[in-house]
Amino acid sequence: MTDLNTNFAGIKSPNPFWLASAPPTNTGYQVMNAFKAGWGGAVWKTLGKPIVNVSSRYGALSYKNNRMMGLNNIELITDRPLEVNLREMKEVKEKFPDHALIASMMFETKEEWHDCIKRCEDIGIDGFELNYGCPHGMCERGMGSAVGQNPDVCEKITSWVCEAATKPVIVKLTPNVTDITRPALAAQRGGASAVSLINTINSVTGINLDTMDPNPTVDRLSTHGGYCGPAVKPIALNMVAELTNHPDFHLPISGIGGIETWQDAVEFFLMGATTVQVCTAVMHYGFRIVTDLTEGVSEYLDSHKMKKITELTGITAKKLRKWEQLDLNYKIIAHINSEKCISCQLCYIACEDGAHQSIALVKDSRIPVIKEDTCVGCNLCSLVCPVEDCITMVKVETGKKKLVWANHPANPNHILAR
Amino acid sequence: MSVLTSNKNFLPTLSDVELKEKFSNIKPRMANSEAIVEASRCLFCHDAPCINACPTSIDIPMFIRQIMSKNTKGAAKTIFTQNILGKSCAHVCPTEVLCEGACVYNNLNEKPIDIGRLQAFATDYAVENNLRFFKKGKSTGKKIAVIGGGPSGLACAHELTVLGHEVVVYEANEKAGGLNTYGVAPYKYSNKDSEEEVKYIAEIGFEVKTNCPVTGATIPELEKKYDAIFIGAGLGKSKKLGIAGEDLESVHGATEFIHKLRKKEQKIQIGKTIVIVGGGNTAIDAAVESSKLGADVTVVYRRTEKEQKAYYFEVELAKKHNVKFIYLTNPVSILGNEFVEGLKCIQNTNGGQKDLIIPCDMVIFATGQEKIIDFYKSIKNLEVTQGKIVVNKNFQTTNPKYFAGGDCINGGKEVVNAAAHGRDAARGINEFLMRGHND
Repeated sequence: MTDLNTNFAGIKSPNPFWLASAPPTNTGYQVMNAFKAGWGGAVWKTLGKPIVNVSSRYGALSYKNNRMMGLNNIELITDRPLEVNLREMKEVKEKFPDHALIASMMFETKEEWHDCIKRCEDIGIDGFELNYGCPHGMCERGMGSAVGQNPDVCEKITSWVCEAATKPVIVKLTPNVTDITRPALAAQRGGASAVSLINTINSVTGINLDTMDPNPTVDRLSTHGGYCGPAVKPIALNMVAELTNHPDFHLPISGIGGIETWQDAVEFFLMGATTVQVCTAVMHYGFRIVTDLTEGVSEYLDSHKMKKITELTGITAKKLRKWEQLDLNYKIIAHINSEKCISCQLCYIACEDGAHQSIALVKDSRIPVIKEDTCVGCNLCSLVCPVEDCITMVKVETGKKKLVWANHPANPNHILAR
Repeated sequence: MSVLTSNKNFLPTLSDVELKEKFSNIKPRMANSEAIVEASRCLFCHDAPCINACPTSIDIPMFIRQIMSKNTKGAAKTIFTQNILGKSCAHVCPTEVLCEGACVYNNLNEKPIDIGRLQAFATDYAVENNLRFFKKGKSTGKKIAVIGGGPSGLACAHELTVLGHEVVVYEANEKAGGLNTYGVAPYKYSNKDSEEEVKYIAEIGFEVKTNCPVTGATIPELEKKYDAIFIGAGLGKSKKLGIAGEDLESVHGATEFIHKLRKKEQKIQIGKTIVIVGGGNTAIDAAVESSKLGADVTVVYRRTEKEQKAYYFEVELAKKHNVKFIYLTNPVSILGNEFVEGLKCIQNTNGGQKDLIIPCDMVIFATGQEKIIDFYKSIKNLEVTQGKIVVNKNFQTTNPKYFAGGDCINGGKEVVNAAAHGRDAARGINEFLMRGHND
């Protein structure tokens, strides 16, 4: 068994699987149950000044018969008194001294931040996470994503926190920006020890077509909520990689966004995260999913003859380049395994109507045939094929040397340069 | 009380509660959530094999997609556009060898899409809510008689009405629906189901005259009154075995036996021990229904299990109902003086033959149905081969005024085949009457 012990910017935990700051970390009761189930850490539901929540609060996107492909919420930060939260956090820390307990926070004034930091450190908290991401409600009051979207404010507030905090400070970033590296670099300048991303994405999950009311509905009205769950993973993976690959960014990354299985977690590690945070999957299935996360990641490391998760860090992020650096002479074409083909012809119609008309049907056979001379190797047929490994993409030896756009004769800039 | 055996060894009739339990639909209705989950599995194949396997070519992936998007009404329209008997076909089709048998999931060793039950989900909903998708067409002034109110006749009458013709259906029985009303197993399609369906189809605006058999004597009048005539007369009585003892009271043809059960809604007394002769689907239906009523049932078939014409899943159903099968065995005579006491057979064994006596209280023969040749003879120039009416691709007979479809042209197949014939014959009739084609 591999060693999953983690040291994230100085915060130690028995494994890299933390609960994100969200409803599953609302109370000491929940966090203790989570730790018993095997979670390595928890970021407590965001502490702040008293708020009042609405009813209802969550909306979801289902795809065919898959429930909750995406989830959004219009819930605010903790609605419990700070004293209650602190008392329960203290109890958790006493019972689980080796687990990571992080206080998520969101305040307005420097004094409020400093006061809460002190009180949290007094009860033995392991670190802080600054909630600069919440995209609804709090941002209207100048907090949450209003901070994360403005690099100057982000840097300033981070520096306030870092003045007072002796424990590591994680800045949680909002994805509701055009360039994720700007707030991340601002957090770094402000003195943060790490970042976590992504927070939720501005969204409306759907509309009740009978009443034409938006979801989730509060007396027939709604507001844009924060989107999360499996549907957001691709966006999160890209943003994590953008930070990993930025030459001036050096902080550890806690990956968040649609993580449900061990494969998801490994993907975040490969993009540069060293811990991951989970919320929606727990809201869907409960704490016990962590068993599969820890076992799956351990097995994966074993099978790759690796001992520690950090051996995975950023391997795949390095393989993300600018488009113009990709080899234009690399060629693959589709290959259909006629023995595996179940003759649904989805590949045919996808290519015919939706791509490059490079699959043919032949008389007296239901098995489509690839037109190798026109196949552009787009992958679409292999993506729609319902049979595993039936359509594979096969490399074609062109005999040509690697050629990138920068050097391509069709590139006007290349011609100018000559 | 109806009694099908004069023997003292008959079973008491079942109570309403017992009948309801035993004869409830073997393919129960899907709940909304089940239908949507199942519909979500459909791959939406291109040029889908299930469509090609359906004799009426229903756009199955499309109606399944409509169910998935909760457009159940649209799904029903897709089905009825191709097959107005889509409701009964959903329940009685041997989907295992038609659409579901062609589903590509079979190639993946996965369960095929439950197409029959999805089709029932949409069509039951449409019929129960009387959702109507077709209107009587602009009147052409042409009149057409349809002989037989079974699946082919109803499909033909419906399509002709859509095309604007005046149609009268002549049904010999007290109710229309044909096999759906009198022939198929009640645990697939009930009397109520069939009656509702007939009403739904006829409501478009054609007349159904029940208790109105067409005979050689009424043919001249019909020919005078109508511009064209469709024959959807089905098949005749069960073929006799031609063995001694066949006239005893407790000996019945399977078709007649099932007909009586349907008519009395299974409130009928049958023998405790029953032997059924035959290897087709009708034999199986008679066997399963008898077993459900409490009888000890044995099916005797002259050939081997492999040669049996009944579908494998029907044989499985019978076995689940404790029906015993004896193969390679021919009936010789029915024993008994006053009552049936047994069936004497000759069994072919490896070495040769041996006598076999199976004691029983009732014998049912399911060895095929007769063709109604005498009736055909009353129609001029109507070519009939091996008891089947000969038709061209437009379902026109050798007498150009007559068209035909269903069991009377194919010798007895599925409801869905009859529905396809009826629909296409209507188009043939329309062509003939409106454009004068008679090739």
